[in-house]
Amino acid sequence: MDGRTEEFLANVQSGGLVEAGDWMPDEYRARLTKFVEMHANSELMGVLPERDWILRAPTLQRKLALTAKIQDEAGHAQLLYRVVEDLGKPREACLDDLIAGRAKFHNVFHYPTKSWGDVGVIAWLVDAAAIISQKALLKCSYAPYARIMRKICWEESFHILHGRDIVLTLVTGTEGQRELVQEALDRWWKPLMMFHGNPIPAEDDPMVHWRIKSQANEEARQQFLEGYVPEVWELGLTLPDPELRRREDGTWEYTEPDWDELRAVVTGHGPASEERIAFRRLSREDVDWVSRTVLAEAA
Amino acid sequence: MTSRVFEVFRRERAGAPMQHAGSVVAPDARFAEIYAREQYGRRGESEALWLVPREAVGEIDEFVDEFDLKYRRVDGYSIKERLREARARAGTSLRDLPGGR
Repeated sequence: MDGRTEEFLANVQSGGLVEAGDWMPDEYRARLTKFVEMHANSELMGVLPERDWILRAPTLQRKLALTAKIQDEAGHAQLLYRVVEDLGKPREACLDDLIAGRAKFHNVFHYPTKSWGDVGVIAWLVDAAAIISQKALLKCSYAPYARIMRKICWEESFHILHGRDIVLTLVTGTEGQRELVQEALDRWWKPLMMFHGNPIPAEDDPMVHWRIKSQANEEARQQFLEGYVPEVWELGLTLPDPELRRREDGTWEYTEPDWDELRAVVTGHGPASEERIAFRRLSREDVDWVSRTVLAEAA
Repeated sequence: MTSRVFEVFRRERAGAPMQHAGSVVAPDARFAEIYAREQYGRRGESEALWLVPREAVGEIDEFVDEFDLKYRRVDGYSIKERLREARARAGTSLRDLPGGR
């Protein structure tokens, strides 16, 4: 490591912040770009499972709220791709990699949705899991990313409430509606437990080393369990893990997720991966004329 | 025609300063306005927006204090020691004086 890199590392490790125009080591730029790009891809791909439910939303109010949430997520992708562009990777290149299956996005967006219950569980618990990671990113050493995260967290808080409201409506409804939520929880629990990644100790995580991330994976998962398992249980719902329990010391015990499955899923081998990427490819081709028209008109 | 970067500034509420919010990429000012409205104003979170082409922004990020001008700052003064000395010479204590604490 050369002197300049050492100085940079010491600075970020002691709380120093980096701006877009500042010099940064290649490794920092590469890791950061990949991380923010994965985040942007996740926002963009994350709208697809919910998009399927706009036409099937049970009331006009739900349809409007869901549409607004989807618009927010698409907007987050826009904001995040801007951060990536300033780091040196053009948006077009990100989208090319995404539709070619060369780029990653969050595991939860590789699974299909089967009922309106899934929409409630996704908006409540997937967004809750996401906001835990995103809140930790407010402390990211790369200031432009941290600033965008403030805006994103502000918008996400309405999503969680919207999801919880759907779930509460269903559990106070008919037996059949309640079943929808229970089945959705049973489907989503495994992917949710994998969401924060395998438990790499913070000291071995290069993302923590460069202070891109400041929270270890397991710490995020524990925070999720502590915050949301009681809220699920208080509704009389169950979670499909017989090992799940809160220890005396306040930490949660759970069945070790299948990390090989997580690796397979995020590399494009999940149950809905192909379909989602194919849809993104199709929509990119479909709207290509819009980009061409806009650019020509402005010229 | 290629796209350009427009820096976006926003005023959160009347009387608040314009603050940098982020940026949008657009082929021209008209599209930049549409994108900025959507990304920084659709939730009523801004009272006003400014759009500035990135190349129009001039940045100054070095402020060299060649003449050690710390006498213009509060942290340029340390009076604690000398105040104690002055009180000792006068034989006073603030606590015992009218209005003193």
